[in-house]
Amino acid sequence: MVQKLDYLKETPSQTAGPYVHIGLAPGAAGFEIYDKELGWDIAGPNAKGERIRVEGIVIDGIGSPIKDVLLEAWQANADGIYAHPEHPGEVEEGFRGWGRVITDFETGEWGFDTVKPGRVMGRSGKLMAPHINLWIVARGINVGLNTRIYFDDEAEANAADPVINLIEWERRRATLIAKRGERDGQIVYRFDIKLQGQDETVFFDI
Amino acid sequence: MKQPGEFYQRDREWHPPAATPDYKTSVTRSPEYSLLSLEQSASEITGPTFGHNDIDPLDNDMIHNYAQPGESAIGERIILHGQVLDENGRPVRNTLVEAWQANAGGRYRHKKDTYLAPIDPNFGGCGRVLTDDEGYYVFRTVKPGAYPWRNWVNSWRPAHIHLSIFGTSFSQRLITQCYFEGDPLIARCPIVNTIPDQTARDQLVAALDMNATIPLDTIAYKFDIVLRGRRSTVFENRLEGN
Ligand SMILES: [Fe+2]
Repeated sequence: MVQKLDYLKETPSQTAGPYVHIGLAPGAAGFEIYDKELGWDIAGPNAKGERIRVEGIVIDGIGSPIKDVLLEAWQANADGIYAHPEHPGEVEEGFRGWGRVITDFETGEWGFDTVKPGRVMGRSGKLMAPHINLWIVARGINVGLNTRIYFDDEAEANAADPVINLIEWERRRATLIAKRGERDGQIVYRFDIKLQGQDETVFFDI
Repeated sequence: MKQPGEFYQRDREWHPPAATPDYKTSVTRSPEYSLLSLEQSASEITGPTFGHNDIDPLDNDMIHNYAQPGESAIGERIILHGQVLDENGRPVRNTLVEAWQANAGGRYRHKKDTYLAPIDPNFGGCGRVLTDDEGYYVFRTVKPGAYPWRNWVNSWRPAHIHLSIFGTSFSQRLITQCYFEGDPLIARCPIVNTIPDQTARDQLVAALDMNATIPLDTIAYKFDIVLRGRRSTVFENRLEGN
């Protein structure tokens, strides 16, 4: 016999199901209940840095867009600081760095407006390239999927990024790089997510 | 001095795998490649924080938060309460818990739900609350009904409440479902059974809690939630560098 380790076990995950909007985005489910829905404003009015939009679709193993996905974004500000008490540094008043969006019921498109994050100090003093952390839940996804959005105009920083470099297959690295474009004078990055099959997005066990 | 460090690795054998063919929708929505394991950086050990000005104190009362003045939702009145802990058994304070559910007839207030059970005009079906200093949360609601869904021809979800919990870091983010003691549909549910281990499945079943029941008023169920625990060490963990 040995002494008993008295750790608890994490509560098992279950799918968010088809009606996730009721709980996390009730306006989209078709009713008004809260004075304030959370997660629609990631950066706030005072954030410094470049204003950008990020858009995409989430594609299943058949190649079809998924129309009942909820995505959450978590990012640093333009100086590479997270709005969190343990991260050294200050963020702008009103900068939260967290957002929540759903895919359109008809088209499967999602998108959010924010500022482009700065480089964040990674482990062992290695700077990470600018990135937005994503968490993806939906009907049929048993445990929320984590990935990162990097930016294609940051080639040098991306090449030195310790997380991108963990990906053995260079071809798969490309799945994490959003493509910069412009529409109506606004910077729009495209980031499509493939859950399965050819060019499946890299997902992380964080 | 002890420093807070990384969160314990998620036990992927305790959670459901991505591909679970008896829950058919997972088949085309499950990654085939292995997840890439990351040592945590600031991006993973931080996460959004919420305060009392984000929510309304009545948001956790689903019997009333969508009801007309003087009205209340129809159904078996229940309290769902419990503690949010980490794997070290420490309370997770001031964290946001969000809930959503079908009404007592098993119908969701959602434009995509077409089940023939009626909408309750006084029931929205969502609530949210911040845990207190001991990690406690409480909702008042009605017990949701079972409902049919398209998996096999004759598949019924056990009564359940969906729960979303944040914790203090993005790596603790969790969505789960809470079931109710004694429901014979639990053991038959392909979504419950995506979880391979019986002890893990049992962790999702709220216990009837007579001590918390309000006599002549409301029945109570207790559902504790455990988020990933966190390492604290005197040894260098090299999270921030040098
Ligand atoms: Fe449900």
